[in-house]
Amino acid sequence: MKTLPKERRYETLSYLPPLTDQQIAKQIDFMIDQGYIPGVEFEKDPAPKLHHWTLWKLPLFDARNAQDVLNEVRECRSEYSDCYIRVVGFDNIKQCQTVSFIVYKPTQNRY
Amino acid sequence: MATKTSAGFKAGVQDYRLTYYTPDYTPKDTDLLACFRMTPQPGVPAEECAAAVAAESSTGTWTTVWTDGLTDLDRYKGRCYEVEPVPGEDNQYFCFVAYPMDLFEEGSVTNILTSLVGNVFGFKALRALRLEDLRIPVALMKTFQGPPHGITVERDLLNKYGRPLLGCTIKPKLGLSAKNYGRAVYECLRGGLDFTKDDENINSQPFMRWRDRFLFVQEAIEKSQAETNEVKGHYLNVTAATCEDMMERAEFAKEIGTPIIMHDFLTGGFTANTTLAKWCRKNGLLLHIHRAMHAVIDRQRNHGIHFRVLAKCLRMSGGDHLHSGTVVGKLEGERDITLGFVDQMREDYVEEDRSRGNFFTQDWASMPGTMPVASGGIHVWHMPALVEIFGDDSCLQFGGGTLGHPWGNAPGATANRVALEACVQARNEGRSLAREGNDVIREACRWSPELAAACELWKEIKFEFDAVDTL
Repeated sequence: MKTLPKERRYETLSYLPPLTDQQIAKQIDFMIDQGYIPGVEFEKDPAPKLHHWTLWKLPLFDARNAQDVLNEVRECRSEYSDCYIRVVGFDNIKQCQTVSFIVYKPTQNRY
Repeated sequence: MATKTSAGFKAGVQDYRLTYYTPDYTPKDTDLLACFRMTPQPGVPAEECAAAVAAESSTGTWTTVWTDGLTDLDRYKGRCYEVEPVPGEDNQYFCFVAYPMDLFEEGSVTNILTSLVGNVFGFKALRALRLEDLRIPVALMKTFQGPPHGITVERDLLNKYGRPLLGCTIKPKLGLSAKNYGRAVYECLRGGLDFTKDDENINSQPFMRWRDRFLFVQEAIEKSQAETNEVKGHYLNVTAATCEDMMERAEFAKEIGTPIIMHDFLTGGFTANTTLAKWCRKNGLLLHIHRAMHAVIDRQRNHGIHFRVLAKCLRMSGGDHLHSGTVVGKLEGERDITLGFVDQMREDYVEEDRSRGNFFTQDWASMPGTMPVASGGIHVWHMPALVEIFGDDSCLQFGGGTLGHPWGNAPGATANRVALEACVQARNEGRSLAREGNDVIREACRWSPELAAACELWKEIKFEFDAVDTL
């Protein structure tokens, strides 16, 4: 029997071990297949109810594959290495955000 | 037997079908359409019985009255425009009725149901009657506010995207003190659930008055939110003996800053529900809807109201979540029927499809969607099936499947959350949850001791996803 340690989480996919670049790429491919517009967001100290993290550049309207998005994630990570980074997705037909998952945490914990 | 008076009024009883059975009628876009499953008493012709259904649920009564002469019956009467035998049944008929829109008050589910499922269900010429489906015309639909927020706004408020939400009903459902109850909530939420839930029976009993519960639960929400850095909520049940009591509880919930409250729409009633839904929209609270009493109404095949009608009525009356069954472990056909009314809850436009139980094409005219809630008797091994069947826009609730974990609520919650995210990840990577679901769960057990412990306790299930539906 174990007591669950207290840990901060970052919503969807944050209960998995940190995603490898290859795993992130697969999630992005899925998103692009669905017709969603990918984007990258970062924030230094995000609170749970903080709805708007800072947008990295603009939504990547022209991204054709996961690599295009991953390159932006890498660039964002090197410039803001002390920030949390998540990939988001927008559906311009339903006119809403549909995707958000964490891809980089400056302080890695148990997983 | 008619008696003609000197004034030209012909008193007496005439066959309903003369006025209310109109097989040549083409329903208008503005008509409200209903499909009944009708079982006439022996000896009563189907057309006469169907006409009686149309009459008794609209303008008709058993005898002619002189005041009929003061109105234009053609403008207001319901018309049975089609009767067809139910395949495979003796003496059962689908009876289609068109009602002019003016028969109904704008924005009132109560009024629609009072007409359509009122007196007519006790009518002597009928052995049994079931309301199978409704088609609400767009013009009437637009008079309903619908869910206070709907699925997309709920996701935005909660910061949760691309996965089903995860919940749990706190047990034992009766008898905990408010403080102990709050602890159970805290442990679940800190383990990774998005929501916990008051059981429907919990209102304000002597062992736990509502105000005490609300305060301890809110503390649990705030503490778990601060620790996990994720948005948390608990469906605080505001169902009460009077509307005034209900609103007092809702106001207090708002005052303490809780994100979501709960109502039992059938026992509480549609009028109370619509009032609460409007209030929730105005005050920024989400509304979770429980459905106690539904089986009394929807369980019999030949009598009552199908749940798809109750679900449609709830979406119009207003609710952000609605319980809709789990499907898992039930018959194939029931999966299609469930997905048929889940479509009615979530989609903007639903095509007629008899195999899914949808008798009419329904345009929801941009009304926000209600999130289906799958709850009851499910555990981690059901996760792949649930994700496959319900998709992202659903709330999966594991009561015993969380609280029954050998290490307690928090590890139980983590086990469910890990299983959920592993399934979502696998699905997005293109793996088939129907075929590889158990593998996905087993792989996650390797790095999650909480999930491994849950998987040891509960048994693997076999999920026959590929079986062909035969409805």
